[in-house]
Amino acid sequence: MSKFKKDGTKPTPAVSTASLPDIVFMLLFFFMVTTVMREVDLKIKLTQPEASEIQKLENKSLVNYIYIGEPMEKNKFGTEPRIQLDDNFASVKDVGPYIEMRRTQVDEVLIPKLTTSMKIDKDTKMGIVTDVKQELRKVQSLKISYSTREKAGSRRSAAE
Amino acid sequence: MPKRPPQEINASSMADIAFLLLVFFLVTTTMDSDWGLQRVLPPPITEEDPNPPKIKDRNIFVVLANANDQLLVEGELMDITQLREAAKEFIENAKDDPNLPEKVDTQIPFFGNYRVSKQVISLQNDNGTSYDLYINVQNELAAAYNDLREELAMKKFGASYSSLIEKKENDKVKAIRSIYPSRISEAEPKNVGGDN
Repeated sequence: MSKFKKDGTKPTPAVSTASLPDIVFMLLFFFMVTTVMREVDLKIKLTQPEASEIQKLENKSLVNYIYIGEPMEKNKFGTEPRIQLDDNFASVKDVGPYIEMRRTQVDEVLIPKLTTSMKIDKDTKMGIVTDVKQELRKVQSLKISYSTREKAGSRRSAAE
Repeated sequence: MPKRPPQEINASSMADIAFLLLVFFLVTTTMDSDWGLQRVLPPPITEEDPNPPKIKDRNIFVVLANANDQLLVEGELMDITQLREAAKEFIENAKDDPNLPEKVDTQIPFFGNYRVSKQVISLQNDNGTSYDLYINVQNELAAAYNDLREELAMKKFGASYSSLIEKKENDKVKAIRSIYPSRISEAEPKNVGGDN
């Protein structure tokens, strides 16, 4: 009599997973395109200070990184802040040659555009930072960026 | 012999492979872009360099930071939270106070003859100052300049300074910058050239 008779015996059809690979591939390509392999293995403790008046560092291929902070392996390397260039600890005197070495790797016309990004732990004292800055001045690598975290309500502006 | 229909390739493992790759890229990816305070260091001083130009005391805003992370601003102990306001007052010198920087008439596009202050901020820190405080000071000083530029842009163009930058109105941005040029000078460290 009832037109809308419930058919309780029919099993619910399985959800088609045929499009699953497509979705996953889409995600995969997104991450492949946006990915930047981690440049170095950090050997130091790095908690960057916060700032609000920050600028974005463009053109990552033209950036040299200098890391300064307390070594992670305290019983091996002590607690005095150390400089890390690429994957190794270095002294202040190695900074100049490192920049020179990096300069040989880029096109000559792009050398003035090389920027040094200073990734420095907030508990570091200024002494070592000043030494590194002096070393950078000696090799005429004058564009630097103090890498910081973003403070809430920060004002992102273009570089001057 | 009857011809067999072409066998379909089983693609169900495709998803697994893709997932595996996906997880790999998820783990290795670093989405964070590098943000920071960008500065230009002064060129190294050479032996035959003439003495640095004399600047009048009233034009210099002296900020000293000591090893205990205390600030001495223009001879007075100051908390970091007050630094921005103090720097703004100094840079702008709205009331033409004879103790604050002098002003010179300068031709500036959009503004015509504008009295630009000859301000310089001098920053000196101790070897024992923490990097955290140093960045905070740099940040507050940059904020003072940006606040003033923001106010000026609002008054003159009715648009915020950051929106002018975004819209790439470079002439206007340049004009505002030439009225409030960022002049933060860092003192030469005393042990320059010495091996320590």
